[in-house]
Amino acid sequence: MTNVLSVRNLRFSYHDHHEALRGVSFDLCEGDKVALVGPNGAGKSTLMLHLNGILRGQGEVMVGGERLTRDNLPAIRAMVGLVFQNPDDQLFSPTVFEDVAFGPLHMGLPKDEVIARVEAALQAVRMSNYRDRMSHHLSVGEKKRIAIATVLSMKPQILVLDEPTAGLDPRARRTLINLLRDLPITMLVSTHDMRMVQELFPRTIVMDEGLIVADGRTEDILADEKFLNEHGLEKV
Amino acid sequence: MHYAPAPLHIPDGFLNVTVSAICWVITVIVIGMAVSRTNKSLGEKQVPLMGIMAAFIFAAQMINFPVAGGTSGHLLGGALAAIVLGPWAGMLVMTAVIAVQGLLFQDGGLLVMGANILNMGLLTAAIGYGLYRSVMNKSTGTKLAVAGVAAWLSVMAGALATALQLWLSGTSSLQTVTIAMLSVHALIGIGEALITVAALSFIFRTRPDLLGEGSVSAEGGRGWIAAGVVVSLLVVLLSPLASANPDGLERVATDLGFIEAGQAAPYEIIPNYTLPFLGETPLSTILAGAIGALIVLGIVVATGRSLQKKTS
Amino acid sequence: MHFDAFDRYHDTGSFIHRLDPRVKVVVTVAYILSNALLPDGAWTAFGLAWLFLLFASALSNLGPGFTFKRSFIALPFALAAVTVLFSIPGSPLSTFHFLFWNLTITDMGLLRFVSIVVRSWLSVQMAILLVATTRFPDIVHALEHLRVPAILTTIIAFLYRYLFVLVDEVFRLLRAREARSAAAPGSRSGGSAAWRARVAGNMAGQLFLRSYERSDRVYNAMLARGYTGRLNTIHPHEMHRMDYIVTVLALFIILLFQLIGRI
Repeated sequence: MTNVLSVRNLRFSYHDHHEALRGVSFDLCEGDKVALVGPNGAGKSTLMLHLNGILRGQGEVMVGGERLTRDNLPAIRAMVGLVFQNPDDQLFSPTVFEDVAFGPLHMGLPKDEVIARVEAALQAVRMSNYRDRMSHHLSVGEKKRIAIATVLSMKPQILVLDEPTAGLDPRARRTLINLLRDLPITMLVSTHDMRMVQELFPRTIVMDEGLIVADGRTEDILADEKFLNEHGLEKV
Repeated sequence: MHYAPAPLHIPDGFLNVTVSAICWVITVIVIGMAVSRTNKSLGEKQVPLMGIMAAFIFAAQMINFPVAGGTSGHLLGGALAAIVLGPWAGMLVMTAVIAVQGLLFQDGGLLVMGANILNMGLLTAAIGYGLYRSVMNKSTGTKLAVAGVAAWLSVMAGALATALQLWLSGTSSLQTVTIAMLSVHALIGIGEALITVAALSFIFRTRPDLLGEGSVSAEGGRGWIAAGVVVSLLVVLLSPLASANPDGLERVATDLGFIEAGQAAPYEIIPNYTLPFLGETPLSTILAGAIGALIVLGIVVATGRSLQKKTS
Repeated sequence: MHFDAFDRYHDTGSFIHRLDPRVKVVVTVAYILSNALLPDGAWTAFGLAWLFLLFASALSNLGPGFTFKRSFIALPFALAAVTVLFSIPGSPLSTFHFLFWNLTITDMGLLRFVSIVVRSWLSVQMAILLVATTRFPDIVHALEHLRVPAILTTIIAFLYRYLFVLVDEVFRLLRAREARSAAAPGSRSGGSAAWRARVAGNMAGQLFLRSYERSDRVYNAMLARGYTGRLNTIHPHEMHRMDYIVTVLALFIILLFQLIGRI
């Protein structure tokens, strides 16, 4: 299988000298669906912001075999679709259509192509009839699905999601999990939802204090109760 | 939950076309400068910042606190916006707020929106930022004190400008409207000053970097000090003149042909309200009015176009 | 929680709703301009302008009382015009004593006062009709088409989107304040006005910081989708033949009001 994303020895400090990433390395292969777990402050969100160059630390991020630099930033951003935790931050346009069109428009695509991509992306998250709705009228679950559509319309090779099930009621959560299962795309999902991890992701990466402390089969990791406790995680 | 209109927003019908047009021209020019300045000097990050700050000002105007006798104080925000975002960005933010209030909530008219933006967005920002800028390098206490005075004065400037526009439109008599406007807003201004100072001191305590050197707040040039002082002086000088000795101002306005224009119908940009070659017929009057309107429209569009070019 | 009270749009799917937003914005502004241009006491023209409004209301299926019920928002401002009743020279209609003034209402003063109120009342109803028949994002699109600088329309679009989010936050803050403002029996709640202003100011500061931090996150979300400082928008509206016909017809009728108002 082809390697679509590889991260080598990534380090990053915030302005207050807090070291958020202390040498992180991992690879994603095409079609992988990987969970990223760990306690708050472990560096998961910081890592995700590196994957399409919003934060730039020391070390190497390779997407589709290309090293991320300032020059190929626009191309990389189209390849790695980043979905933020709070859909109110992700959906910043007044209407659903404008939001889903934002990515393709800023890739410089022609109008017809933009419209076609919006339709396809909304179809993929099963929200086709929401095209002309206004974002502030949507429920949290609906917003989360539209948020995924806003990056799907850019036809990314990798989907990176931050806490997709946080704040959802059981039914909306179920809908979202089914959606993630059915999307035929490489996926890295940061979450605290261990039941979803068990159900959906064959592979899990565990982070704590800016380091990857485990990377392997979800089954094995979830079986090690002592390890889970050490890193502030709960057995399902 | 309902949306409560604020007392400075002039509705349509209360200003005549001449006064509305003059205010629009001033507003369009100043906003045009703001657009080209913000495009030049501020980074790409400013767009979402200004947008969300506009929503912040709108929402912050809903924070009220009971004063006395059933009235409540709340924020207009022009001075605060200019102090934390810098003058040009502050003006654009206030413009957006006033535009949405007029368009969506009918709080303030459309034809008179130029006047409303001028009164509540531009004058308040000039005073608020100008006075604050003059003590930028002083201690926090001084800055807060000056910000409070500037906030109060900015509300008074808006009130005075509103009163003058109403008078020039022939809607109110000068002395009454000035006294009424200024005395009501002297109280409202205290609320404005208190909230502005408290909000700023909160920001100084928690995120001093947002107001320090290198922040957007520090980007306005020293010219703003002059602008702030001039507008403040105008308020301080014109207020007593208009409320105690209106005859003087009335005479100036009559000499300038304003009172006439205000009292009669407002298509007097062209002398004698008629086109000479058509004589004094209704048709002539209408054509004169139409030409006047077209000239104003032309100026507005031309200004807009030239600024549009700079921005794209 | 949803503050649907902020939504002024009422979808009835009528003919007026389906018009291009540009048409509605231009006609509304022309109508308000026309009212402002009509001379005092042009009752026939004001009456016709009112009929125009009623006709537009009827076409939009909103029911006859819709704009009327909401038209009083500008009424308090009429106070500002009260002085013209007495200050404009003319033949006296009635004199009365108020506090320590003797006030005389003149016929010219009354004429002017009523004219101002009528202008305002008609204009505000047309503006109400505009937002009831046009979704706000479409009004913003119309402004884009009409060459309002992109930076302003973008700020307005952001303002509209985050209005709901931030007002929600304000109400959470206000509720939290209320929950903690208890009063001992027999004593008045809350401290001095200055203290209350300080609490309100802290809330404003709090809200400012949250908004500021949110703008950082939104900026990141924009970057992640290819934003580089230039905003690209798609213009979803196209003027059809009907839109042109309606515009020309409406502007012609409004011009007629001017003619009638001046004869």
